[in-house]
Amino acid sequence: MTKLYRLAGLMMVSLYFMTAQVLASGGGADLASANIDPDNIKSLQRGAANFMNYCSGCHSAQYVRYKTIGKDLDLSEEMLVDNLMFNADKTFETIQASMPADDAARWYGTAPPDMSLIARAKGADHVYNFLKGFYVDADSPTGVDNLVLAGTSMPHVLWELQGYQTAHFTEHQNEDGSVTTTFEGFEQVTPGSLDSEDYDEFVRDTVNFLAYMAEPIRGFRMNLGKWVMIYLIFFLIIARMLKKQIWKDVK
Amino acid sequence: MTEDDLDRNRRHFLSVATAVTGAAGAGLVAVPFLSSLKPSARAQALGAPVEVPIGSIQPGEMIRVLWRGRLVFVLRRSEEMLSRLDENLDVLRDPDSAVIEQQPEYAANDTRSVRREYLIVEGSCTHLGCAPLEDFDVRPAEGWGGGFFCPCHGSRFDLAGRVHKGVPAPTNLRVPPHRFVRDDLILIGQDTGAA
Amino acid sequence: MARIEAEVGKPKGGFMRWIDDRFPFTETMKYHATEYYASKNFNVWYVFGVLAFVVLFIQLFTGIFLTMNYKPAAAEAFASVEYIMRDVEWGWLIRYMHSTGASFFFIVVYLHMFRAMLYGSYKKPRELIWIIGMLIFLVLMAEAFAGYLLPWGQMSYWGAQVIISLFGAIPWVGDALVEIIRGDYSISDITLNRFFALHVIALPLALIGLIFVHIVALHEVGSNNPDGIEIKKNKGPDGVPLDGVAFHPYHTSKDLVAIIIFLMIFCGVVFFAPDMGGYFLEHANFEPANMTATPEHIAPVWYFTPFYAILRAVPDKLWGFILFGLSVMLPLFLPWLDRARVKSIRYRGWIYKSALTLFVITFFVLGKLGTMPAEPLYVMIARIFSVFYFAFFLLMPYYTTIDKTKPVPERVVYHD
Repeated sequence: MTKLYRLAGLMMVSLYFMTAQVLASGGGADLASANIDPDNIKSLQRGAANFMNYCSGCHSAQYVRYKTIGKDLDLSEEMLVDNLMFNADKTFETIQASMPADDAARWYGTAPPDMSLIARAKGADHVYNFLKGFYVDADSPTGVDNLVLAGTSMPHVLWELQGYQTAHFTEHQNEDGSVTTTFEGFEQVTPGSLDSEDYDEFVRDTVNFLAYMAEPIRGFRMNLGKWVMIYLIFFLIIARMLKKQIWKDVK
Repeated sequence: MTEDDLDRNRRHFLSVATAVTGAAGAGLVAVPFLSSLKPSARAQALGAPVEVPIGSIQPGEMIRVLWRGRLVFVLRRSEEMLSRLDENLDVLRDPDSAVIEQQPEYAANDTRSVRREYLIVEGSCTHLGCAPLEDFDVRPAEGWGGGFFCPCHGSRFDLAGRVHKGVPAPTNLRVPPHRFVRDDLILIGQDTGAA
Repeated sequence: MARIEAEVGKPKGGFMRWIDDRFPFTETMKYHATEYYASKNFNVWYVFGVLAFVVLFIQLFTGIFLTMNYKPAAAEAFASVEYIMRDVEWGWLIRYMHSTGASFFFIVVYLHMFRAMLYGSYKKPRELIWIIGMLIFLVLMAEAFAGYLLPWGQMSYWGAQVIISLFGAIPWVGDALVEIIRGDYSISDITLNRFFALHVIALPLALIGLIFVHIVALHEVGSNNPDGIEIKKNKGPDGVPLDGVAFHPYHTSKDLVAIIIFLMIFCGVVFFAPDMGGYFLEHANFEPANMTATPEHIAPVWYFTPFYAILRAVPDKLWGFILFGLSVMLPLFLPWLDRARVKSIRYRGWIYKSALTLFVITFFVLGKLGTMPAEPLYVMIARIFSVFYFAFFLLMPYYTTIDKTKPVPERVVYHD
C-alpha cells in the first residue's frame, strides 16, 4: 500500500508541474504578465465599469448575465442598473453589444468577437498585451496596427486614455536573404489622459474582469474544492482503518 | 471477551462508520445533480413577469397571454356578467375561495379579482392541466351561467373561475400573482408593492 | 489465518431464499465476490481495473445529466455547453467532472494496460481477456473522439477534420468512406448529430457489453498477480487457493482506499485545475468552431498524441495512416509476441526490463511530441522514437526468447 501512496503523490506532483509549466509559458512568446488578481473585488468592479464604458458598445458577452455579475462583484441591483446596464433593462439579461453584429461586420470587415470566453481562449496575458499593443500605422484603415495581433481590424478605442505610440522595429538580413524583424520598443507620440502606469492598471482591471467573465464560478469552485478534500481525507482515514482491520490476519 | 470478539466488534464498527461516511458523501453528491434539474437561470429569465396591456379589451372580451409558458386568461367582465356571479352559488364547490393555494390573498373575494371587472386566471384546468374553453353564453336549462368548460374531462368553471360540483376538477382555477401597474397595464408574475 | 466471511453470499432464509429460487443472486455474489479468490499480494498496479470502473460510472452518470441540457446542433452546441457551465445550477461541476473524467479514463486505462505488461497478464490463459481489453480500448478511443466533437469549439471541429480525413488515405474507398463518416461534404451539423448518437448510445452500449465480457472472462480464469503464479495450483483442503483472499471483503476494502485516493486526485483537477493547463480542456476549444480559420497550432487531446506523433512522423499519407493504425493495434498481439516462459517482470532478465523501460520513455516522448508543432527537429525525434515503438513489439519474439529468466517460486511473495 505504501507504493500506492507514493504513486498517488508522484501523480499529484507531476500534474501540478504540468499545469504550472503550461501556465508559466502562457502559450505565447514574450508576453508581459497581466498579473491579475481574481480575488480583488475592487479591481473587478473597476474592470466591469471599464468594460461597459469602453467595450460593450461593440463587444457582447452573450453568456454572462448582469445578475451574476452583481452577485459575484458585490453590486446592488441599483448600482448594476445605474452604472453598468446601458444596453439592458432587466438584471437577468445577458450582455449584448449596442451595435448590431451584422452592421459591425460590414463596417469593420469582421464582427467584433463575443467577450464571454476571450480570456480563456486566448489567455489573460494575450488580451493584456493586445490592449497595450496598438501603435500608429498610416497604412492601416484604422490608423493603427497591433503588436500582438497584426492586422487587427479593431481601432484603438482606448486612445484617449493611452494616447498614441509608435513602434520601433529593426530589420536583420539573414544569410539566406530573408529578413527578420525585431521589435525594439514603443515610443509615446501623443499623450493620453492616463499616464503609463495608470493605463496599465486600467487594462489590468479590464482583463481581470474579462477573466472573471470567462469563468464566473471559479472562486466558488476553489472554495468548495477545499471542503471536498477535507471530506475525502476523513473518509480515507476511516476506510484505511477498516482495510487494516480486515487484512490484520492475512499472513 | 476473546480477541476474536474484539476484532469482530471493531470490524463491525469500522464497517458501519465507512458505510455511513460513504452514504453521507453520496447524499451530498446527489445535491448538485438534483439541483441541476431545477429551472435554469435561462428558464428563470424567460419566466420573468410579463406586462400585459389591457386598455383595448372591451367588456365581455377575453385575451390569452403566456407567462412562464403557461396560459393566462384576462377576462374583462361586463356588469351583466358580474351580476351573474352571485346566482346559483350552490352549484359551486368552493364559492368563497376557501382553498388558499388557488389565489393570492388579494384575490380571495367574491369576484376573485383585484378589480371587479378583470378576472385573471391561469387557463389550466385544475384536474389535469388541459386548457378550458370559454363559453360565456347563458343556458339556464342546463344550469349554465357562463364560464369555462374543459374539453378533456368535462370540468366546468364559472365566470370567476370557480369550479362546479360533480366535475373531476377539485379546485377553482388558479389566480397567478399579478398587479396593476396602471389602469391599462397589468404585470403578471409579480405582486410586490401590493395590489 | 482466520478468514473473515462476508455477510453477503451466506445462505439465507425468508426473502433471500425466495429471491434465490427465482434468480441466482446469492450464487452470483459468491461466484464474483465472496468466493472469488484473488491473490493476497496485489500491489498498487492492481487497482486500476476497479478505478476504470469508477470512471466509467462517473462518465455515464454525468453524461446523462449533460445530455439533458446539451443540444446536438451546429448552431446551438457551443452555446448549450456554456449554458450548462453558467445557467444550469451546478452544471459547471457536472461538465468539469465529465471533461476531467475523459482524461482520467485514459490515464487509468493506460496504467491498467501497463500493469498487464509488467506482470504478463496477457499471457496464457488470459489471452482472451487481453483481446477483449484491447477492443474496449478501441471503443474508448472512438467514444472519446466522438465526444470531443460535441462542444463544437475550434479544436473539436479541426481535430475531427484531421482525424476523419485520415480515412481518406485508404486507397479507392477512402474518399467515399470519409463522406459516409461525415454524412456531408464537410464536417457539419449532420456530422455533429450522428457523433452525438454514437457518443451517447451506440459506443457506451458497446463499452458496457465489452466490459461485462471482460470481467466474465477474468473471473473464469482468475486474476494474475505480481508474481505471475497461478494461485489455483496451490489449494487448501477446502478447495480455496492458499494464496488467495476473497474479493469481498478483502479486496473491496483495499480498493475502497484506492478509490478514495483516486477521487482526491480527480477532485483536485475538477476543483482546482479543470483545464489542466490546456491538456484536459484545450484553450482553442473556448472559441466556437469557425470553418474559415484553422487555429494556429492544432493538436489532439493528450491521450491520442503518442499515436498522432507516429502519424506525423511518416512523410506519406497512406503509410502514415497504416503505421498509425498499426501502432494502436500492435499491443493486441502481445500474447503471441511475448515468448518468455515467465509472466512477471520480477523473474524476467535485463533485456525485457530495459526494453519495457525504453518503451515507457518512448510512449511519453511521443506523447509530448504529438502536442508540439510539427517542426523539422521534432519530426526527426518522432521518427527515431517511432522506430523504438515498433521495435519493442516486432523484436519481442526474439529478445524475449534469448532473455535469461529467473526461477519462479512455488508460492506468491507476500509481506505486509
